[in-house]
Amino acid sequence: MTEITLVEAVRQAMDEELARDENVFIIGEDVGVRGGVFRATQGLFEKYGGKRVVDSPLAELTIVGVGIGAALYGKRPICEIQFADFIYPAFNQIVSEAAKMFYRSNGDWSVPMVIRAPYGGGIGGGLYHSQSVEAFFTQVPGVKVVIPSNPYDAKGLLKSAVRDPNPVMFFEPKKGYRLIKGEVPEGEEYTVPIGPAKVTREGQDLTVFTYGMMHHYALQAAEMVAKEGIDAEIVDLRTLYPVDRQTILRSVQKTSKALIVHEDNLTGGYGAEVAATIAEWGFMDLDAPVRRLAGPDVPGVPFSHPMQEWFMINPEKIADAIRDLAAF
Amino acid sequence: MPLSKEKKKEMFWTMLLSRRLDERAWVLHRQGKIAFHISGIGQEAAQVGAIYAIEKGKDWLVPYYRDLAMMIAMGMSPTEFVMSLMGKAGEPTSGARQMPSHFSLRRARIVSHSAPVATQSPHASGLGFAIKMDGKDEVVLTTIGEGATSQGEWYEAVNFAAIHQLPVVFIVENNQYAISVPQQKQMAVASAADKACGLGLPGIEVDGTQVFEVYEEVLNAVELARKGDGPSVIETNMYRLTPHSSDDDDRSYRTRQEVEEHKKKDPILLTKRLLIEEAIIAEEDYQKMEERAKAEVDQAVEAAREAPYPEGEAAAHPVYAGEVNHD
Repeated sequence: MTEITLVEAVRQAMDEELARDENVFIIGEDVGVRGGVFRATQGLFEKYGGKRVVDSPLAELTIVGVGIGAALYGKRPICEIQFADFIYPAFNQIVSEAAKMFYRSNGDWSVPMVIRAPYGGGIGGGLYHSQSVEAFFTQVPGVKVVIPSNPYDAKGLLKSAVRDPNPVMFFEPKKGYRLIKGEVPEGEEYTVPIGPAKVTREGQDLTVFTYGMMHHYALQAAEMVAKEGIDAEIVDLRTLYPVDRQTILRSVQKTSKALIVHEDNLTGGYGAEVAATIAEWGFMDLDAPVRRLAGPDVPGVPFSHPMQEWFMINPEKIADAIRDLAAF
Repeated sequence: MPLSKEKKKEMFWTMLLSRRLDERAWVLHRQGKIAFHISGIGQEAAQVGAIYAIEKGKDWLVPYYRDLAMMIAMGMSPTEFVMSLMGKAGEPTSGARQMPSHFSLRRARIVSHSAPVATQSPHASGLGFAIKMDGKDEVVLTTIGEGATSQGEWYEAVNFAAIHQLPVVFIVENNQYAISVPQQKQMAVASAADKACGLGLPGIEVDGTQVFEVYEEVLNAVELARKGDGPSVIETNMYRLTPHSSDDDDRSYRTRQEVEEHKKKDPILLTKRLLIEEAIIAEEDYQKMEERAKAEVDQAVEAAREAPYPEGEAAAHPVYAGEVNHD
């Protein structure tokens, strides 16, 4: 095992998949000579050349639309959207085309592609370099939505995404790119399956359901409250769509209390689906109302530091929410 | 390579069969036997001329919803088309999931398209990109209406193909109307082909009622694409002789006089006249072709009528590749 950063895990996954399958290629803005603005494709242009690590025009629709066409031919494109905030010009291609292609052709045409995008705030990025966009895609049958929280999962899930015969939205917590480090097997092939959530901390008193950067903070919050005698279970949802309802309900059965944490806006956010799952099938297991801790319902994460801090969820805010729920 | 007499006759036959099939769809709609039809009447010459310039089974087609004559030229049977009109199980464009004329035919390398216009154009560039990546000499033909060239997706697709010199031929079927909106409210340039100049490509215009002229222009572009000389934009000009769809009433936005004037340039009439002038067919040959077209359309309607509807539950699948297709 060797310790690497989350962004290095992403880079390694792409490196290995480019080496494994000549149909895999990367297309995105500045992914070539520059190696990506977050360095996620660093060294890949030099290793695989400009035909497989392709600098696109500055147009997200082009990146995804061309990716779809190449996938229809049998290629395995990895499309990089530089920031999740910039994905909307490609929304039509993702929702109307990639997601519906297999269904609308009755299985004749499939779109095996990955759309990678760094998401999330807390990095001084203001309204347009901080967004969480997952909820727009977690109600679109035909795509899968994956958000890793650590290097091991990031690498294993991205490799699975590249091999998946369907379009996979792969959102990476950019705040954690260099902050979150973890061990991955060295020189050993592994993948992490798309679908299952994972209990990352066993606990008895309540469950925190979360993903991405907030999972990292939730683990920290759990350690804070542990000193006060509160034993929190943490579930890293990892794959948001399709939903792993079994793992969610099993944990609620065990702890009887549920807190959902995400940095995306509260209303209509992914937490609503988790809460509905619990209300519909886990109601009799509950000892307290389901709680959500999420980004406030304002249009974006502001630039100025104090306002950004007001917006963002942090370990202290999660610890407070855990204490509240534990005391119920 | 000049077209043989047989080839010319075959092209005319394809146009004629498509026309009679298209007309029957209007009749079926008025009889209440189908729910919807969107027509390609008036565009058969442009469509058949273009298809004869590519290699079937090798080259790719990314069409739009008026391309019935292209589909027939590529080998979709009239029965298959009428099945799609009726939403019958197993029709090959979508398994009766899409509205009629939202084409796809995997066996002929015809890619599925949707209803929002210009969404298919980037797919053509992506296919071209993959072809170039693999060093193949295949070509992609893609079509669109002139109204849809207002969409950014079309510009982006042509731009990408031009940057990478991809083997894609972008055809704009300019039938002068986007539902009710005429070309002058769609663009400030004189023709959609002019837009190509800003993207680094010559734009070519051709009379879309002249099947053999279209063939020549498209063949030239296909040959350039095949030998690696990059994409082309070709505008085929004609007139939409019918309302936009079975739900449209074109009397609200254009005069009968205007439509009647354009019927004099109906590509079926023009091509028939040409073939008779060139002594490729005689009037009695034409009559036989008409009889045969009617018989084939009758037979297609009958076969489609007898075909079963899908079960409602078939709508649950297939959402994801890798799962079982229950159809």
